[in-house]
Amino acid sequence: MAKTIQEINEKIKKGKAVVYTAEEIIDVVKSKGAKKAAAEVDVVTTGTFAPMCSSGAYFNVGHSNPRTKLGGGTVTLNDIPVYTGFAAVDLFVGATAIPDDDPRNKIRPGKFPYGGGHLIEDLVAGKDVRLEARAYGTDCYPRRKLETWIRLEDMNEAVLFNIRNGYQNYNVAVNLSDRIIYTYMGILHPKLRNATYCSAGQLSPLLNDPLYRTIGMGTRIFLGGGVGYVVDRGTQHNPGVPRTDGGVPRMGAGTLAVTGDLKQMDARWLRGASFTGYGVTVAVGIGIPIPILDESILSHTAVTDKDIVAQVVDYSEAYPNCVPGSLGEVSYAELKSGSISVNGKKVPTAGLSSYNRAREVASILKNWIQEGTFSVTEPVAPLPSVDSGVKFKFMQERPILNNARVAVD
Amino acid sequence: MATKRLTFNFPPHLIDQPVTYQLITEHKLKVNILRARITPREWGRLVVEISGSKKNLDAGLQFATDLGLDIKPLALDVQWNADKCIECTACSSVCPTGALSVERKEMHVLFDHEKCIACELCIPACPYEAMQISF
Repeated sequence: MAKTIQEINEKIKKGKAVVYTAEEIIDVVKSKGAKKAAAEVDVVTTGTFAPMCSSGAYFNVGHSNPRTKLGGGTVTLNDIPVYTGFAAVDLFVGATAIPDDDPRNKIRPGKFPYGGGHLIEDLVAGKDVRLEARAYGTDCYPRRKLETWIRLEDMNEAVLFNIRNGYQNYNVAVNLSDRIIYTYMGILHPKLRNATYCSAGQLSPLLNDPLYRTIGMGTRIFLGGGVGYVVDRGTQHNPGVPRTDGGVPRMGAGTLAVTGDLKQMDARWLRGASFTGYGVTVAVGIGIPIPILDESILSHTAVTDKDIVAQVVDYSEAYPNCVPGSLGEVSYAELKSGSISVNGKKVPTAGLSSYNRAREVASILKNWIQEGTFSVTEPVAPLPSVDSGVKFKFMQERPILNNARVAVD
Repeated sequence: MATKRLTFNFPPHLIDQPVTYQLITEHKLKVNILRARITPREWGRLVVEISGSKKNLDAGLQFATDLGLDIKPLALDVQWNADKCIECTACSSVCPTGALSVERKEMHVLFDHEKCIACELCIPACPYEAMQISF
């Protein structure tokens, strides 16, 4: 009964596609069985809304008169330094960038009230931001100083380009030490007083297509409230980790690089976030449709929070010092119940990824497909999978002595 | 013994009155000032933990109310900004009283003013500035 992408898109065009969210499909499969459900269902939509630090955006801000060579100069947008190492007026801002005069962690814990993530949110919300630039001046680009208000709509191009999003599973963070710690997994109170996790679990895109059978380079997706695309695997893509019998990775594994036109996005789905004592990031809404081409693809989308497990990691010692190992394995059903057991102790849990918003993303995407405005795509190339040999490496440091180069032995 | 955490809002004309002194000496109340903001010609605010026998406490608060103080339970000053909240639930595990809780089936975040003791642990825990405290 295998279907093709073309057949599914024909049904979408006619407004006849059968679409469920990754949450709804669980009960559908339970009542109908995978075989029957696979024949009937065309698309399952997934969703996630969580902080994703390796996000950023590039802009072409247009040419001033007289012209200014921002390339190689220094530029800030609302005091956030942006990368200028391109041609004259192309800029890149990363989500974690912060103003030069932010006190950072000088007085711990730093607050990090405004950074690249907030800047992206403000631009998408249509707000005016302050562009201030110093340039060195050339014959063809004589101007050396530029200060202006600018909005997203004034720019030629404004494109979200995130090099690592949508992590397939993640650590559960705890603190075994006797002092409070401030991490990218939130504030962790001493002696196992709380645990934080960050995945939409049964709604999360890559947990519903664990072997990357339909999600690949070129896949059209919901990104930041608009339409975007998967560019490639994300950085740190690590498909070879241990998996459950269902193929679901037991820890952080695959990642995605994604892009999309910022001008059609919505600030509800790109939110600047301040992690006390850690820094700034941006919460990104991503939804990926999974075309149900066969029963095996369908079965994977019916994964439940009980079937997905994550590793509990100590962020006071083990994580900072790259000590491998886990304090235990817990399921997302346990994590979402409000407490887990670690070292025999009951530990309250809290999420960093919004399950509620993940559900909303999946249902928006479902509506787009049912209305016929969003069609599914066949990947141009697949993502490296389990047997690809692609592996996440730690850095091997080689000391530089007296400017000599030391080769790897 | 009864203990209450309250916000005393002082109208400008009462700024120069020793109200706390009178609560301590005349009404025999233990007054622990947690925060204070006093600016000439503006409304002043005093956050206090106040304890004493129920009779003295009632009489003392009546005296302060009659003077013209606006007295509010402290929790009213912690606000949950639903527009900013993304319902990630990060706040819920640091809240010691369950004032911030999660409705588990739907994973909605709930805030119960009654249970809030304004410990402020939720404020740095929220990455989206959804929890605000004003004194």
